[in-house]
Amino acid sequence: MEVFLQTLVAGILKGGLYALIGIGMTLIMGVMGIINLAHGQMMMVAMYVTYVFFHYMGLDPYITLLISMPALFLLGVLIQKFLLNPLMKVESILPENQVLMTVGIGMVLTEVARFIFTSNYLSVKTSYSTAAWHWGGISFSVALCIAFVFACLLTVILFWFLIKTDLGRSIRAVSQDGEAAQLMGINSERIKVITMGIGAGLVAAAGTLLLPIYYLFPDIGGPFTRRAFIITILGGLGSTVGAILGGVSLGLAEAFGSTYVGMEYEDLIGMMIFVLVLLFLPGGFKRLTKV
Amino acid sequence: MAYFEAKNIVKFFGGLAAVNGVEFKVEKGQIYGLIGPNGSGKTTIFNLINGYFPLTKGRIYFDGEEISGLKTYQICQKGIGRTFQVVKPLKRMTVLDNVIASAFLRSPNKAGAIKLAEETIDFCGMTSHKDKLAKSLPIASRKRLEIARSLATKPRLLLLDETAAGLNPSELEQAIDLIQKIRDSGVTVIIVEHIMKVIMTISDTILCINHGMVIAEGTPVEVASNHEVIAAYLGEDYGAQS
Amino acid sequence: MTFMKRNTAPLIVLLLLIAFPWIVQDSYYQHLMILVLMWVAIGSGWNLISGYTGQVLFGAAAFFGMGAYTAALLLNKLDISAWWGLPLGAVLSVALAFPFGWISFRLRGPYFALVTLALNEIMRHVATIWESLTEGMVGLLVMQTFVSKVPYYYIALALAVLSIVGVDLVMRSRWGYYFVSIREDQDAAESMGINTVRYKMVSLCLSALLIGLAGALYTNYMGFIDPKVVFSLHDISIMAILVGIVGGVATVYGPAVGAFIMVAVQEIFRSAGFGLFPYLSKATGWAWMATVTKYVSEAHVLSFGLLVVIVILYLPNGVTGDWSNLTRRLLFRKRETA
Repeated sequence: MEVFLQTLVAGILKGGLYALIGIGMTLIMGVMGIINLAHGQMMMVAMYVTYVFFHYMGLDPYITLLISMPALFLLGVLIQKFLLNPLMKVESILPENQVLMTVGIGMVLTEVARFIFTSNYLSVKTSYSTAAWHWGGISFSVALCIAFVFACLLTVILFWFLIKTDLGRSIRAVSQDGEAAQLMGINSERIKVITMGIGAGLVAAAGTLLLPIYYLFPDIGGPFTRRAFIITILGGLGSTVGAILGGVSLGLAEAFGSTYVGMEYEDLIGMMIFVLVLLFLPGGFKRLTKV
Repeated sequence: MAYFEAKNIVKFFGGLAAVNGVEFKVEKGQIYGLIGPNGSGKTTIFNLINGYFPLTKGRIYFDGEEISGLKTYQICQKGIGRTFQVVKPLKRMTVLDNVIASAFLRSPNKAGAIKLAEETIDFCGMTSHKDKLAKSLPIASRKRLEIARSLATKPRLLLLDETAAGLNPSELEQAIDLIQKIRDSGVTVIIVEHIMKVIMTISDTILCINHGMVIAEGTPVEVASNHEVIAAYLGEDYGAQS
Repeated sequence: MTFMKRNTAPLIVLLLLIAFPWIVQDSYYQHLMILVLMWVAIGSGWNLISGYTGQVLFGAAAFFGMGAYTAALLLNKLDISAWWGLPLGAVLSVALAFPFGWISFRLRGPYFALVTLALNEIMRHVATIWESLTEGMVGLLVMQTFVSKVPYYYIALALAVLSIVGVDLVMRSRWGYYFVSIREDQDAAESMGINTVRYKMVSLCLSALLIGLAGALYTNYMGFIDPKVVFSLHDISIMAILVGIVGGVATVYGPAVGAFIMVAVQEIFRSAGFGLFPYLSKATGWAWMATVTKYVSEAHVLSFGLLVVIVILYLPNGVTGDWSNLTRRLLFRKRETA
């Protein structure tokens, strides 16, 4: 029973962090219709940024949040502005240009990271990296709990932003109907650039928050991109609530799969969920609940 | 039994009934017109006949067979052709290739398909365009290409969806001529149209629908003077006056 | 235009290719050409489903690895010559493609592309985990039948010619028209009586066949395979896409051009400029030259990523695609003034 509860807790906490990754991606997919296969790689960049500030300046990761999020926001903006927006105008036979472009970007980011930092596994050991609270026989990883709280906070801020601010409403307008939004005076291209920035910023937060309890190497981007997808598809495109549910679901699935089936199956389970959802539940949770 | 029959067809999108209990029969060799204000469900009816959308309720019969529930390509194989309101040219192929692709349905070997395609292009008066890329054509030619492509599948019933929209007066005359030529060659036609000149002159019978339901059926003259039809297009005041 | 006139350039190239092993006896270059020919086959296969039919394959390695493992397992488990892996690997790749396509083609556009990626990753994981069958990460060894590279060269050449001629014939036939119609407008295609699901399947199976053949050839030629190599996302799947887009999507000879360029690029990086950089660093004795050399030789994945970005932005129709545009424009100008 204890093992079950422990797994449950671990799954939910991790799921909260995953939700943050998923929300960024679903926002991008919803607004731009772009499948961003470089999402995990952007997270990797944020993690390296956090590492550098920790190692060379002794900055605690939670403080580095204030640096990594804006930095990745900027990276997202640049990518969208110079690499993705121009694609709308390119006439090509191959239909999936945008997706392919993000694959290329992901590869470039990974390899540049490899050049600068080599393929070695790096980690950030803080005072709370291995600390845990104990309650009722279950241990709660301190770092994960704090990360979970931050994730919730950021999600709430994001929701407030999307619903209450003008910019947020513009973003939702573009995600519903890009052309109509333009006809109403919204600069669609600028909105897309900003949205990519926000998506990148969110995934940066996830990376920074995760680093104290994870390890870092250049190829870490791929698995996270994959997770972001699974979450987005599970939750339903463009649905932020769905991404939260999807994130937690994936966190739970991984935790239970890891505990009861075996660690090496973690990736495979994720892939199978992805394929099954795509094929049999195309709208994801969103479709189930009509949110 | 009629050549073509739609029996109590219904289509719901979520909670909205786009088509709600429409019934009509078309005789062989007729030109049957379908009119109604924007959003009344005309194109949806075509999409239902064509198998593009599944029917929520109702049945459709063609030449003695039930075709409701068949897939789009099967319905084409059965002999029902269709043009799209927003034309769908195969842009990176030439006009000839567009029609050859269609012609393969009835003529599986390439030489035969090319011959059938060329004949069809000639019938539609597009021979001078045949080697042009579809994306370089102006709208009137694209509409004509749409028809040619459909004709190459040798349909016995042709669904024309707003073929005349966006054409100037001389192009309109040519379109009317072509449609009549098609009917004269033995093809039954159901035509959705907004432009009264076209539909009133060529249709044998007209069906007027609004909000997904039939509001009038009859000869062009009868339908034009029907006060419900007038109300639907011009408003209640005009309807009351007639 | 007669057959000869239309195809003079390719026929000359073919003659040169046939004569190649006699002209160039160095086995290093023979090896590179074998790789080029293999990629011509893979690229042509990729092109059929992605370029001509518009269903972009992001996970070509799934079929390559299937062919490769079939050949290896025939020898290792059943003691049958790995050469039977060619026909059998092709068959099994198609057998993989068939149900995969059946369930996945209901997904449009980018989702199909993603699922092919998922298939690639799943195949790789299965091959890694199912150790009792595949020896997992340890890989499988196959005794090479020939010592010299020359027989492998001609087999690869035959495969490449088969691919190009095959794709050309298919694209001129009814199937070809249907594939392009599906790419241009799937809904219009359906209304033209085309069973789009069936023809997408046909296209995918043909592609899987060519790619699987190449995989089986790879096993026989290289003598060793493991999941990381034959199911590699970057070195097989992305490389296949690059061969297609650099050469020219939806053109018959595009994959041939692309294969040549991409193998050259890959080798330039792997060998640090065909040995130029190491030579320079020895000759000059500059320390930074040595670091540059080291970086260049490890940079091929980075070069792939950069190439993807650059080609998509600036050369979207590849060398052959944009070339014909260019020549058409030039000829047009000439006619106007003449």
